[in-house]
Formats: sequence, C-alpha cells, structure tokens
Amino acid sequence: MCLAIPARIEELTGDGNAVIDFGGMRKEISLALVDDAAVGDYVIVHAGYALQKLDQEEAERTLEMFAGMSNLPDAPAS
Amino acid sequence: MKYVDEFRDGALARNIAAHIALEATAPSGYRLMEFCGGHTHAISRYGIADLLPPNVRMIHGPGCPVCVLPIGRVDQAICLAREQGVILCTYADTLRVPCSDSLTLMRAKADGADVRMVYSTQDALNISRDNPGREVVFFAIGFETTTPPTAVAVRQARTAGLHNFSILCNHVLTPAAMHAILATGSKVALDGFVGPAHVSTVIGSQPYEPFARDYGKPVVIAGFEPLDVMQAILMLVRQVNAGRAEVENEFTRAVSRTGNLKAQALVDECFELRDAFEWRGLGTLPHSALQLRPEFAGFDAELKFGIGYVAVADHKACECAAILRGEKHPRECRIFGTACTPASPVGSCMVSSEGACAAHYTYGRFREAAQ
Amino acid sequence: MNRNKPEYARGLDIRHGRVEMSHGAGGRAMAQLIAGLFAPAFDNPYLASGNDGALLPQVTGRLVMSSDSHVVSPLFFAGGDIGSLSVHGTINDVAMMGAQPLYLSASFILEEGFPLSDLKRIVDSMSSAAKAAGVPIVTGDTKVVECGKGDGVFITTAGVGVVRDGITLSGELAQPGDAILLSGTIGDHGMAVLSQRENLGFDAPIVSDTAALHGLVDTMLDSGARLRVLRDPTRGGLAATLNEIARQSGVGMMLQESAIPVKRAVESACEFLGLDPLYVANEGKLIAICDAQDAPRLLETMRAHPLACEAAVIGEIVADSYNFVQMTTKLGGRRVVDWLTGEQLPRIC
Repeated sequence: MCLAIPARIEELTGDGNAVIDFGGMRKEISLALVDDAAVGDYVIVHAGYALQKLDQEEAERTLEMFAGMSNLPDAPAS
Repeated sequence: MKYVDEFRDGALARNIAAHIALEATAPSGYRLMEFCGGHTHAISRYGIADLLPPNVRMIHGPGCPVCVLPIGRVDQAICLAREQGVILCTYADTLRVPCSDSLTLMRAKADGADVRMVYSTQDALNISRDNPGREVVFFAIGFETTTPPTAVAVRQARTAGLHNFSILCNHVLTPAAMHAILATGSKVALDGFVGPAHVSTVIGSQPYEPFARDYGKPVVIAGFEPLDVMQAILMLVRQVNAGRAEVENEFTRAVSRTGNLKAQALVDECFELRDAFEWRGLGTLPHSALQLRPEFAGFDAELKFGIGYVAVADHKACECAAILRGEKHPRECRIFGTACTPASPVGSCMVSSEGACAAHYTYGRFREAAQ
Repeated sequence: MNRNKPEYARGLDIRHGRVEMSHGAGGRAMAQLIAGLFAPAFDNPYLASGNDGALLPQVTGRLVMSSDSHVVSPLFFAGGDIGSLSVHGTINDVAMMGAQPLYLSASFILEEGFPLSDLKRIVDSMSSAAKAAGVPIVTGDTKVVECGKGDGVFITTAGVGVVRDGITLSGELAQPGDAILLSGTIGDHGMAVLSQRENLGFDAPIVSDTAALHGLVDTMLDSGARLRVLRDPTRGGLAATLNEIARQSGVGMMLQESAIPVKRAVESACEFLGLDPLYVANEGKLIAICDAQDAPRLLETMRAHPLACEAAVIGEIVADSYNFVQMTTKLGGRRVVDWLTGEQLPRIC
C-alpha cells in the first residue's frame, strides 16, 4: 500500500535532510527516521522520508538466488 | 533505477513462474491473499496473474488505507475545510474518495475550500510556517509505513511552537486487519498471506508471528517488484505443500525481524491505541488504530475543532465489505462496472487505484470479457 | 501603409509595468499594448492592417480548422512556456488532419496585475515558435479580468490549414491488422511541468517536448504509406488518445510495453510519484495508425526526421467489440490500459 522506492543518498544537507538520486531525478527528503545514513547509502523513501537503509549485500544475494534457480522451460500460460 | 530494474527481469520472472507451476500440485489449489494494496497494484500492472498456474489464486485483501477509511472520517476532513476554513493538507490518494452528499475533497476544493495536495508531512509544516494566521490540518492516513512521517511532523511542530498545525489522525494498524480477516472464520479459506513490504520495513517481521502460530497460516513478506511477489508466492506454495505455517521474509534487503526501532519509538512517543475504530468493510475493530497522546492534544484536530465522528452507512448495493474480506470478487457486486466505476465510484474499493474493484476494472475486466 | 503613432500619456513600461483593466477595454491603453507588444512580435501584414479580421488570400482545397485553449501552470517550464505550447498545439491539431497549417489566431485573457515583462516573454516565445514553423499569427484579441479571476494568462489559439488532395485522416478509420506507431518518448512534457509544481517538485533533466510536428507529418504523407489516423497524445497521455481512437473506430488494440520508449528520468520521476507514463501529457509526439504493410517504410521515414528519431511500432489494431486497449507487459503478462476519469494524481499508497 505504501509506495516507496530505493534511492541513493547524494548529499547530506546538514539539517536532517538529504538529497537523494533516483534514476536521474533528485529530491530533498528527511532522514529523521534513520540513523547513520551516509552519502552512497541506499534508502527506502516514502512520502518524503527515508524509512530504512537498503541492505545492498542482501539485495545482491537475493538477485543471485534468482539467477541461480534452475532454468525451467516456460510454463504454459494460464 | 538501481535495485528496481533488476527485480523486474522478465526472463527471471517467467522462470520463477515455471517453478511455481511445477510445485503447485495440491489438488485443492492455493488461495493466497496479498494484504497490501501495493502488491495488488504490482500484480495488476505486470499481469502477474497470467504467469501463475490456474490453481494459484490471488485474493485482494484490505491493505489499502484509503479503501478502509469510513465515509464519516473523510466527512470530517471536508467539514474542517469547508466550515472551519482550515488549510486542509492531504496526500493525493484521498482526493476522490466519495463521501456524504456526493462530496469529495476534490469537489470541496472546486467549491472554494482550501484543500492542498502535499507529497510529505514536511510540506504541511512548511504551509503552517508560511501561514501563521491560518489553521493548517494534515489529513493523516495510512498504515504503519506512513505513521512515522506524521510523528516526526507532530514533534517538530511542538518543538517549533507551530500551534496552527494539527492532524486529523486516521492511522490504522496492519495486524488488527489481518486478525479481523482470520478471526471471523471468513467463508473464504485462505492458505497464506503475502505480507506487506514497507509496513514490514517499519514494524519488522515479528508482528506476523502470532498469525502463523495461532491460525496456522504461512506469511511471506514480499518486496513490491514482480520478482519479489513471484518468489513470495513460490515460498508460500512450498510452505503449504510442507504443511508449515511460518513467517518468512523475501524482502531481506529492507526488512529485519525487529524493523526500524527508531521509527517505532517516535510513533510510540506521539501516539497511543484507540479503544476501537471503525473500518470500512471490517466493522469496528478494537485496538486497531492510533490517536495522539494527551501530551500532544494541542495538535489533535478532532479535539481542537471539537468535531465528532458520525458513522455513515455504505450504499446498500455496495459490496466493498465482502470484497475487502476476500469473500466476494468485484464482479459479484451488482453495481460493479455499471453504477460503480472509477469515474463514479460508489465505494472506496473503486476509488483508490489499488482497491480490488478499481484494480479489477482497470486491468482484470478484459479477461472476463474475452471469455 | 499608414501607421499613425498616437501620442500616449505614458510609454508602455514593459519592464516594470503590469496589466491593468484598461488594457482590455478597447481604448487607448489597449491599442498601446497591441502596438507596443503584440504587433511587433507577431509582425506580419495581416496583423499590421489593424482590422478586426484578417483578410486572407484565396485557398483551394479542403479547409481544416482547429482551436485550443491553454491554461498550463506554471507558465514557464523547462523546454517551453504557455506561448510556445499554444502555437505548437494548434499547428499540431491541424497537421494531425493531414493539413498544411497556414494561419493562426491568438486570443489572450490576462489577469489584472500580470507583469508585462512576463507577457512579453510569452509573446516573444509565440513569435519565435510561429516564425520557426512558418505559420503567422494573423489576428487575435485581448481581454483583461480582475485580479483573482485568472491564472495570470489564458491563451486560446485557432488555426486553419488545407488538406492535401487524396488524404483523409480520421479517428474512425483504424482497421484490425493496422500498425500503431509512436514518434518518440512519452511523458516528457507532463513531468517537466510537474517537476516545478509546489510540494511535488523535484530536480530532473526533463525537458518538455513541445514542438511543431507539421514538418514531420509532411514527410510521413510524402512516404506514400497508407495512413488512417494521426493524433497527438496531449492531455491524458498516450492512453487517453489510444482509447479515444479505439472507441471511434470500434476496434481494440494490443500494445507491447517493451516497445514504448520512455526517457530514464521520466520513468524514474513517475515511479517516485506513483504515476504511469502512459497517462502523462506529451506536446511534441504523435501516434500514427497505418496499413501494416507500410509500417516499415513509415517507421524509416519517421526515424529520419529529427523530431521522431526514436519512433517505434508499439502495437497493432485488433478486432474487439469492447474496444479495450490491452498491453503485453514487460513480464509477458497482460493488462488493460484504461481511460482515466480525470487527471492522474500522485500517490503515497
């Protein structure tokens, strides 16, 4: 229900906010809900706030798991 | 878009689909509820239902905070804008919710009420700062994902002495809604839940453990991207096949067992449980919603403006109640697609693009027409 | 030609002056505004004659006429402004009929207090757009409304053109089997404008695609491809326009999501706000529906033109009594691309 996207922190603005970059667009959002966010971190952004840091290692692990699944022929369409 | 595009890979999605088809062998089939509107949206947008075998059926749950918002609560917001002359700040999602007297916030705005769309609670605070002589009310809707941003705003308002700022609090709780669906002994037997993505980012995976334990239903928390949803469905199928009922986390890159403790603490500081709260379609549920604590009473619009809550019954023909519980499908509603369409929504399920009816109207309708 | 320069009590102060009620009253002040601001910018003999109407040369051929009103906010945005938008918009509407645009009119409703410097910027922009397109603004009107009753400026343009012999383009001519082509990326204009809206604003390298498409249409007509429909997907986006045509022609459509070009920054901005690029406005793109056999030739012609170098075949017309516009998603599933009720709104849910 909650639209949120993973964005990269480009700049800390010093007042508890950060400028994030998401696929080429930038916006200033609040870091009030996360601690120790640094430039280069990815955060999940919802309604103008970073909700959580994205664990990049976990993301890579998940993608590796998908890639590592045995290749099955396409299932017939339903 | 990094960490988005990779999770939308078509070839990988089709491969997961093939695995689901291979493993979903239970003769009775699999009825899985995606609780969260964002998942409903993803399933519709990507046509994920076309990738699933026919015996795996996705049921749309009530996880759309706009859908479960009773008419009477939106009436309050409109009343504040029209009769109290406040600047009513809201997320765009609420603007077209139909309420009493054929009004919507959008129509109230057209009539001259000062209703303003905001992206963030920070925008509402800025409006308060810029308009010291006017009352500013923020229409606070949403599940646990959206509550922390409201908490931050209320605390900042208190620190800054922004006494013209207040909130109309309609924050609701996910576990309460899940409990309402499971505890009613709903006619629809559900085999498992796809758990919300971003709500879980905040609350963690732990709150779902009682459901798995007490009702024997597996819960798999999934991210919003198609690969996440497909993988979660596969994990649910596996649990059902093995007779397991556990909480599993597919969205490990953003969800931990304990969640965001800082956000939870902020919410806890500002809010307390309401004894009961009316949910559209689910009735009045105990301990299912939040209100501001007494220390923040000055920022509570209900207290500040003395507006009471008047329950408004749904339209007689509206089946939102049964649809929100997963008991009926939108096409089983008499007025679906005729009197009730996205252009003229009768119930909330049609207003929000994630409501089961709007999603079915927008994406799913053609499948039936083709048959 | 006589040009009497009346003596005015004060000169027109474009830099610091503002629109006043008298500028719309038909008296000296209005004449001063026209002579000092509009006429020099739109400079052409028809306008200079100073009559209520423009006396135009005889034209042979079937006439097309179109009109548009422009109320965009903000007035100025990356890639254009309400002025260039209004000129391009009407030129395009005429061109979509397969007609060569010949003349434009421009009527202004100005809000009392609107800065003359902004008005000059807009009028100059219209002048440049009209000159670049080779279509003069030959007549117009100015009215002023009280402060608070207008959004700065509203512009209504109308245009006339002549259709080539043998060409008939119309929304009800699409037939099952026809190819659907799109001239380029979608969502650029709408997101460029949105990026400057209060509260929703963001920074992104997104520029409005506002452009006059009549040159592109000329090359497409020259290609000899059997064209059925041309239409520019403005308000409501690609989705609205395709649904309109589906309904008019009594057909359905099957699109391929992976074929529809979207700029990276537009896609990201849409994701961020919960918007679907299919419903976002475009001001410099067109949809062409043609006989399937002619699609490769038409595509090549379009791609050779600077305004359509990213043109693509995005789908085909199918028989469908429900007139659904369907799309195969990037994942291989299917969805309906429905016609939205009103403006698409951002969402947090």
